Amino acid sequence: MAAHLKKRVYEEFSKVSQVTLEEVPAKKLRLTKPSKSAALHIDLCKASSPTDALQHLLNFARKPVEAESVEGVVRILLEHYYKESDNSVRLKIASLLGLLSKTQGFSPDCVVDDAINTLNSEKSNQVLAQLLDTLLIIGSQLPDKIAVIQRLIDVACKHLSSTYFGVRNKCLQLLGCLGTVDKPLSKETDTGPGAQTSPVRDVQSVISDFFQDQDPRVRTAAIKAMLQLHERGMKIQQTIYNQACKLLSDDYEQVRSAAVQMVWVLSQLYPESIVPIPSSNEEIRLVDDSFGKICHMVSDGSWVVRVQAAKLLGSMHQVSPHFLEQTLDKKLMSDLRRKRTAHERAKELYASGEFSSGRRWADDAPKEKVDTSGVNLIDSGACGAFVHGLEDEMYEVRISAVEALCSLAQSSPSFAEKCLDFLVDMFNDEIEEVRLQSIHVLRQISTHITLREDQLDTVLAVLEDSSRDIREALHELLCYTNVSTKDCIQLALVELLKNLTKYPTDRNSVWKCLKFLGARHPTLVLPIVPELLSTHPYFDTPEPDMDDPAYIAVLVLVFNAAKSCPTMPALFSDHTFRHYAYLRDSLSHLVPHLRLPGRKQTAGSGLEVSGVGSGSLESAQNFLQDSLIRVSALHNLETPGAQDLLEFTIRDLQRLGELQTELAGSADFCATYLHCQLLLTKALQEKLWTMAVPLCLKQNAKVSTAARQILDETYKLEFLYSGLETQQIATIHNVRLQAKALQLILTARSKQGVDRVLGVCEKFLQDVESFQRLFMIELPHFQDSFVEKLLELMPRLTACKPLDLVKILQTTLRQSRFIHLKLPEQIHRASATIIEPTGESDNPLKFTSGLVVALDIDATLEHVQDPQTTVKVQVLYPDGQSHIIHPKPGDFRTPGPGRVRLITQVYLSHSAWTEACQIEVRLLLAYSSSSSKQSVSKPAWNESMDGLPSSESCIEGTIHLSKPVKVFIMPKPTRR
Amino acid sequence: MPEIRVTPLGAGQDVGRSCILVSIGGKNIMLDCGMHMGYNDDRRFPDFSYITQNGRLTEFLDCVIISHFHLDHCGALPYMSEMVGYDGPIYMTHPTKAICPILLEDFRKITVDKKGETNFFTSQMIKDCMKKVVPLNLHQTVQVDEELEIKAYYAGHVLGAAMVQIKVGSESVVYTGDYNMTPDRHLGAAWIDKCRPDLLISESTYATTIRDSKRCRERDFLKKVHETVERGGKVLIPVFALGRAQELCILLETFWERMNLKAPIYFSTGLTEKANHYYKLFITWTNQKIRKTFVQRNMFEFKHIKAFDRSYADNPGPMVVFATPGMLHAGQSLLIFKKWAGNEKNMVIMPGYCVQGTVGHKILNGQKKLEMEGRATLDVKLQVEYMSFSAHADAKGIMQLIRMAEPRNMLLVHGEAKKMEFLKDKIEQEFSISCYMPANGETTSIVTNPSVPVDISLNLLKREMALGGPLPDAKRPRTMHGTLIMKDDSLRLVSPEQALKELGLSEHQLRFTCRVLLHDPHSDTDTLGRIYTHLKSVLKSYSIQHVSDGTVIVESIVIKVTSSAEEPNLKVILLSWSYQDEELGSFLSTLLKKGLPS
Repeated sequence: MAAHLKKRVYEEFSKVSQVTLEEVPAKKLRLTKPSKSAALHIDLCKASSPTDALQHLLNFARKPVEAESVEGVVRILLEHYYKESDNSVRLKIASLLGLLSKTQGFSPDCVVDDAINTLNSEKSNQVLAQLLDTLLIIGSQLPDKIAVIQRLIDVACKHLSSTYFGVRNKCLQLLGCLGTVDKPLSKETDTGPGAQTSPVRDVQSVISDFFQDQDPRVRTAAIKAMLQLHERGMKIQQTIYNQACKLLSDDYEQVRSAAVQMVWVLSQLYPESIVPIPSSNEEIRLVDDSFGKICHMVSDGSWVVRVQAAKLLGSMHQVSPHFLEQTLDKKLMSDLRRKRTAHERAKELYASGEFSSGRRWADDAPKEKVDTSGVNLIDSGACGAFVHGLEDEMYEVRISAVEALCSLAQSSPSFAEKCLDFLVDMFNDEIEEVRLQSIHVLRQISTHITLREDQLDTVLAVLEDSSRDIREALHELLCYTNVSTKDCIQLALVELLKNLTKYPTDRNSVWKCLKFLGARHPTLVLPIVPELLSTHPYFDTPEPDMDDPAYIAVLVLVFNAAKSCPTMPALFSDHTFRHYAYLRDSLSHLVPHLRLPGRKQTAGSGLEVSGVGSGSLESAQNFLQDSLIRVSALHNLETPGAQDLLEFTIRDLQRLGELQTELAGSADFCATYLHCQLLLTKALQEKLWTMAVPLCLKQNAKVSTAARQILDETYKLEFLYSGLETQQIATIHNVRLQAKALQLILTARSKQGVDRVLGVCEKFLQDVESFQRLFMIELPHFQDSFVEKLLELMPRLTACKPLDLVKILQTTLRQSRFIHLKLPEQIHRASATIIEPTGESDNPLKFTSGLVVALDIDATLEHVQDPQTTVKVQVLYPDGQSHIIHPKPGDFRTPGPGRVRLITQVYLSHSAWTEACQIEVRLLLAYSSSSSKQSVSKPAWNESMDGLPSSESCIEGTIHLSKPVKVFIMPKPTRR
Repeated sequence: MPEIRVTPLGAGQDVGRSCILVSIGGKNIMLDCGMHMGYNDDRRFPDFSYITQNGRLTEFLDCVIISHFHLDHCGALPYMSEMVGYDGPIYMTHPTKAICPILLEDFRKITVDKKGETNFFTSQMIKDCMKKVVPLNLHQTVQVDEELEIKAYYAGHVLGAAMVQIKVGSESVVYTGDYNMTPDRHLGAAWIDKCRPDLLISESTYATTIRDSKRCRERDFLKKVHETVERGGKVLIPVFALGRAQELCILLETFWERMNLKAPIYFSTGLTEKANHYYKLFITWTNQKIRKTFVQRNMFEFKHIKAFDRSYADNPGPMVVFATPGMLHAGQSLLIFKKWAGNEKNMVIMPGYCVQGTVGHKILNGQKKLEMEGRATLDVKLQVEYMSFSAHADAKGIMQLIRMAEPRNMLLVHGEAKKMEFLKDKIEQEFSISCYMPANGETTSIVTNPSVPVDISLNLLKREMALGGPLPDAKRPRTMHGTLIMKDDSLRLVSPEQALKELGLSEHQLRFTCRVLLHDPHSDTDTLGRIYTHLKSVLKSYSIQHVSDGTVIVESIVIKVTSSAEEPNLKVILLSWSYQDEELGSFLSTLLKKGLPS
């Protein structure tokens, strides 16, 4: 409560300051206001025909109206509304009323009465519907005014009996958006049960009456309204369950589609309540019943409904396992004999030790005779819902079925085991998206399952797919897969090597896959090591070629398996050890450290590294903390030793980041921050502050570069690192303000004339404002800081002249304390590496000048938030031209959490060159300070949003995200 | 009672020569006109003499509808239209119209040129027959004549296969032809809206089968082919030129491409090439995937599949050959089969249904020695595989269609009697609708209860609305007064006044008069006055007037008082009311009989 109060106080405080700021534009508004509504008035009066009037209204609607003038405009519109006889014009006016009531900062209670009055005299049904829509908007703008809402609900109830479907629709919508399921009980007991009028009794029952409306649109609207009630957190009664179930067999697809949702909602609300099964006296849980019903909808006639049903199935985790497993069940029958499914057969073959299937004739011959009375052809239950869904004609349905399977399998290991066969089957789907999705899904549930050999066979067959996405997804899947036998490992290796020869570009991905495969199954790899390395007990075998990617692949598998299997190195031959040393060095991310017997030098150095590796994380963290504490002991950076300490700490932290990848983000972050501080202190210590203005030009340059550098660094700090908390961001902003202040002082000192400085000052003050707005809650942490002092002085600052301001700033800057950084839990630095182009090619890319050439770019991004909007590709030509290319959202793939893969093409073009030259390609991170995380996380009801237009304080820029890669290109002149 | 009569001339409890006669609302429609694969004599065509003994069929049939181009659904068409004689419209979809003549021509060639039969239809007859065809589009309602309309729905099965809804007035029949409820590599699934026909005539080829998921089937098929090819064997896949053939081609083509296989795939030439051409054209009739990707590459432009030449059959090494016909009863597939049957490395995959009596049916049942023409026997050593690739709905699919269409009655054709029996029981049990399965020549009549549409005048409707409650309740019937006019085949419900005006009749008034004797000592006028006050107090909400000429008027009821001549105290009250006010009038008479309050 206290916190809330405080918040409110702060808000009010911030509001006050806004008003003072807005005074100038407010005056402008007052000047334009009468002219605007008056113009509309004159226009409408002059309009000779309804079409004319409509045209005026349409034009008017295109321009925004300020909050202050809304009421006037509304009055004028209403006046014309009563006069107007043409339906279309009245309709437009009604819709404009709604539009206007949405204006920020305008409270529409004053127009409620008028709007309701217009309703009473309206004859046209269309206009009536539009008016109700307007009321709906007004109502949703005033969620707190219970009396108004009550009136609106009464109005809606009255018009529910309209003969026009549109009016009924809107009424239901209004009830859904504004109605409350039960009035507060206390009120009812106060007034007595009889006093309450019937329409208010219960919105839910009023709405549910329209479930049987004759118009399908109204039925849909009724269900939607009910869903709306649910979304607004009202408790829906279980009584409508039967009605909703009946609507599942409606003739119209939109009704069925809404009904499916309704049933689902109810199943989530009352999963455990018991419902009777019709035509028998058994009873089952509601969630099971509704699960069966939704399963039934997976074979609906309309694909929209099917998609919806399949999607919703995925979220019904409470369903009993018995029902769940039915969804994959489909009793086969051939000429009335029971037949086993191919899946069952495969499993049996596997169990009996015979692997290849299909060579024997009639192994699917039907066995036992089916009891005809026992066969239930049309199952009302969940039987085979997913079998149907996965075989559906529309790939949208198949994809949602796959997703639903995934979500259900994640919560039930036994189900995961069962659905494995089906998912593996989906790998052969005709649409790539579906194949890809099912591979992803299998990866997600792979913790629950172990692949059998025949399943692995099917999985591996997909490695020959020509689509790169599919192959990479499959590699990713294999990284996480458990297999059951050594033959599986061999099979996988053979297929992966085949893949490698067929598609050499997959090299990295295949190696990585084998790394995990080896590390996961050391005991399975052990028996096949001699075979893999083709060693022989007696004879020396020829040394394989070290540059052969396939050989490297085998080694990666073996070395990773050897890591947790100490007996394995005994099987290695001499050259294997040599190759190990080489690979450990060149591909250190793929080859782990091994304890090799009799290898002193590597073992020694290895121990050292591993010593750091094992206990390191903790100690490194301690080290990081210690250095931060050490730095925080410094209060005044101007003391002689302080700067050295800072410099050393920065160096230490940078080194730590290199050594300990887990802490790289945090260490870098701290180092950069301290660097900013250091720069700032140095800049302030320069002598120029005491010098006369004309003399300090040279110094000036140094300080201004420092200021710019600090600014750049702060942007990096804010946008390049993820996982920052508000407090850190506030700290960064504080530093940025300091840098800005520094710049301001420099401008003031170097430039003559107050006018120029005036603009900069105003800008600065706005920055301070926005800081205050954004970080109100964090302010207590900023004692003695630059910002705090500034805010204290704020009233003075706004009033005083620019030159005074500069003076104040100068003193504040020097007096302010350095804010210590509190390290957040998890900081990750966004980074990117361009895998392709490698930049090693000596063959220039030749193309005719004036035409374009496409350059394939393949890059991995790590810890980049929202890469689709922020990551850009920059192409820098030798003549200094720079192009920034926005990759398509579809070019970004997410192979794993926190990692994004960008595979895109950029188009290059240039006029002719005499010889080949290199261009630079790099990735950029675009940011804009308006879209910083702060404004996103702001609570929605925050009223400070309507204050300053955010675009003013928004700063757009880019940060380099990756190292540049050089590409040799050669635009040739056109030949005629 | 009106009824729909259905008589199968073929395909009644049988597969082959589909031909079903339907009489609905006075219209006669022939659904499909096929031939039977298993016979080479007169039995191969439906017995059209059932319709008429002599003369042409034109006057007995309103239209002929062909569901798809398989010969067992259209093979007898030229025979019927040209040799028996029929000049009315023949309806079929565009792809069917395009492909059907190719198949008929092929059929003719085999029968006439190869087997040397005479008295068979000629090429010219096929052409003449096709001139009578009217093409249909999906979901397009075609008016055959003023009352009869037909509408086609997508049926899967083969390119251009359609289910047809036939509608006369409010009675309707849906004929499915052959259909498939599971989509495959090149066709979508059958779909129908909830049209609630009086009768659904469905095929029931797989009435007793529930099939495994198509993915397993596909994988099995590919695996079998792949393995045989890898060990150097030859694979023969007998198919009908169109339909399954394209499906399997697409399957193998994509598989070959993915696995990078080199063994040749051949397709027996001739009509197939022409047919593939049509498949390329009618992309809109295929499934989602092909429709979406044809801009990049038309799936029917095969890269790996080449035309077959007869000499290739003796080539060494592995190969896959698609050859027609599908049941191994004649033609190229039988020739190749004879050549390859002796080698156990080879394989024949029967991808579809085989009619009894064909070689295909025999080998599937495990026969190892076959008797060929000329008393020669053939040892069957090659492997025989059966993969259910025929695109018919299985038992579940049939049930699903019933659920989609919600018919009132069900009729099964195109299946074996024993299997139908099972499905019939299931349908009756699970949907509780009656189900029929007539044999050939047997007539089934289904009584319908058609609703009779009546035009109601708007004024009357509005007047009723004004009287009644807020909204008409769809669930409850409501009575209303009106006059039904039956004129020129149309029924109209209008208000009595309008009816009178329209028919030029004058209105007759029916009035009831009644005398009530009352003992009352007062004078006539006084009595009347007392009656007036009495009524005024009883009937508060009615308009009661005391007119000066000595009458009281309550609504339209006139009350007069006269005293009798003999006894002055005995007053005679005259009541007169019109028929419309019968209720009020009788109430008043009983009220006055009780006397006036003193």
